[in-house]
Amino acid sequence: MKVLVTVKRVVDYNVNVRVLSDNTGVDLNNVKMSVNPFDEIAIEEAVRLKEAGTAEEVVVVSIGTSACQEQIRTALALGADRGILVETDEDMQPLAIAKCMKALIEKEQPGLIITGKQAIDDDNSQTGQMIAALAGLSQATFASELVIGDGTATVTREIDGGLETITVKLPAIVTTDLRLNEPRYASLPNIMKAKKKPIDTYTPADLGVEVAPRVKTLKVTPPAERKAGIIVETVEELVDKLKNEAKVIS
Amino acid sequence: MSILVVADHDNDTIKASTLVTVAAATAIGGDIEVLVAGENCGAAGEAASKIAGVSKVLVADNAAYAHAIAENIAALVVELGPNYSHILTATTTTGKNFMPRVAALLDVAQISDISAVVSEDTFERPIYAGNAIATVQSSDSIKVLTVRGTAFDPVAADGGSAAIEAVDVVTDTGLTTWDRDEIVKLERPELTAASIIVSGGRGMQNGENFALLESVADKLGAAIGASRAAVDAGFVPNDMQVGQTGKIVAPDLYIAVGISGAIQHLAGMKDSKVIVAINKDEDAPIFQVADYGLVADLFKAVPELDSML
Ligand SMILES: Cc1cc2nc3c(=O)[nH]c(=O)nc-3n(C[C@H](O)[C@H](O)[C@H](O)COP(=O)(O)OP(=O)(O)OC[C@H]3O[C@@H](n4cnc5c(N)ncnc54)[C@H](O)[C@@H]3O)c2cc1C
Ligand SMILES: Nc1ncnc2c1ncn2[C@@H]1O[C@H](COP(=O)(O)O)[C@@H](O)[C@H]1O
Repeated sequence: MKVLVTVKRVVDYNVNVRVLSDNTGVDLNNVKMSVNPFDEIAIEEAVRLKEAGTAEEVVVVSIGTSACQEQIRTALALGADRGILVETDEDMQPLAIAKCMKALIEKEQPGLIITGKQAIDDDNSQTGQMIAALAGLSQATFASELVIGDGTATVTREIDGGLETITVKLPAIVTTDLRLNEPRYASLPNIMKAKKKPIDTYTPADLGVEVAPRVKTLKVTPPAERKAGIIVETVEELVDKLKNEAKVIS
Repeated sequence: MSILVVADHDNDTIKASTLVTVAAATAIGGDIEVLVAGENCGAAGEAASKIAGVSKVLVADNAAYAHAIAENIAALVVELGPNYSHILTATTTTGKNFMPRVAALLDVAQISDISAVVSEDTFERPIYAGNAIATVQSSDSIKVLTVRGTAFDPVAADGGSAAIEAVDVVTDTGLTTWDRDEIVKLERPELTAASIIVSGGRGMQNGENFALLESVADKLGAAIGASRAAVDAGFVPNDMQVGQTGKIVAPDLYIAVGISGAIQHLAGMKDSKVIVAINKDEDAPIFQVADYGLVADLFKAVPELDSML
């Protein structure tokens, strides 16, 4: 089985993102960029399937500017076999990403596609589901456990009330939740080896995908600020404030 | 304009998140219809017909729609979709699961987790874990939206008298089968519905120590939440996680105990009306959003708080 994994290049989760003063977006100058944390989990899961002999090949796909090669290399250093970059300077929204992925799924014929449940920049949580819809495949989102069976996958999903287990027909799209696994770190020898692994490059046009954005960002503003609070000295003072000042307990 | 709200329900009752979604639909303006898809969901359909401002309720009652299997629900909504200018549902794990499928099959974008309606095609939504708010405009003929549960005041659950219509569209794609679920039994209010939340983090050290918070929560009629670190460490189950990738809450009072205040956690609770932080580290970032901060050892402060309530 071949496993396709998507990786998005995003602002590192440790960065405190600031809105630009002209309200056109957030400041991405000299900001550390990383693999979306959920995609690291996706890579890890795919590599474990390969190590277990369930998967033969792990292919990573990133869609965006040529800088995304960096994140593809990271994935290759973590154990993926080869990379695909769909290169474009357009603002790629989930629907367009899903159309590119549909074309790549037709080309590559994977048995399983793993994406993150959510990109931590746009917080959309759409792309995996859209890929599944366009490719006519089943989906198992927010996975915290994945067991590959005979032509099926049994997936435990994190849902609002607790956990749910479903069985999906393969090929399927699985989107990763935080507790699916704990990603490894890349070793230096593997980072060196990754430099020699192949990366194919396409453009959306090569894949026959029209990428014009459907949603226009009119402005980006900082969130409402909370007014400064106070430090109370004792539990007694805290209870008094909650009762008599904030009036949130009685 | 005609708006379809896909209801969040448990076959018997309509969830509060549906009332919030109807409020967002009301802000857009137009005829509001509610779809209740499930198995033996007649009672939920009846309840939906009483929601204020709803003109019609569509009930799709079929085994194919049990357990909200995304492939089947999406196929149903796509079938009905072209009759509407907007399709809305709540940003829950159910809504997040099927709605992007609907959008993709209709060849339109989805705008996720809207926090305000600016006009019929323009919406606000938080990005970067709530560190920025984007105002976005859709050029699609059908707007597919998920609605943030804390962002709109729910409409009244009663007062309406909408007509109920059965929908006989049935699609069972056969792609997915449901095996089982482990739904955590709640003895306290649900996180997203609670007006007071007591949350514990890694500072709690283990699951047993959450009993300290339970005692306080019982006296306050509060729900219990947790940071990701507390869930990852196995102190408490995943349904208690508050944050960017957990639940978004905005109670009247949020008490954070032994939680450092990482941006991913703040993303889920910083719209709470009053925030209390109990942490022994005076430099913990949680104090920057707290209305009342107490620098103290939680193992001393929480029992003391408990005894004063
Ligand atoms: C992609 C991604 C998504 C994430 N999503 C979420 C999310 O949805 N929700 C979330 O919460 N996190 C999320 N995180 C994790 C987040 O970055 C933090 O790691 C996490 O919130 C830390 O949890 P914590 O505050 O409990 O633990 P810590 O940061 O370890 O803080 C523990 C705190 O307890 C205090 N403490 C310890 N002992 C005591 C004591 N005896 N008395 C008083 N105080 C004490 C310490 O001073 C410290 O401030 C996410 C991370 C990533 C990468
Ligand atoms: N530009 C991209 N390139 C590769 N994968 C992507 C891209 N955008 C989104 N994805 C994948 O889709 C997941 C969900 O993203 P989103 O729907 O934007 O929250 C991410 O975790 C990635 O796995």
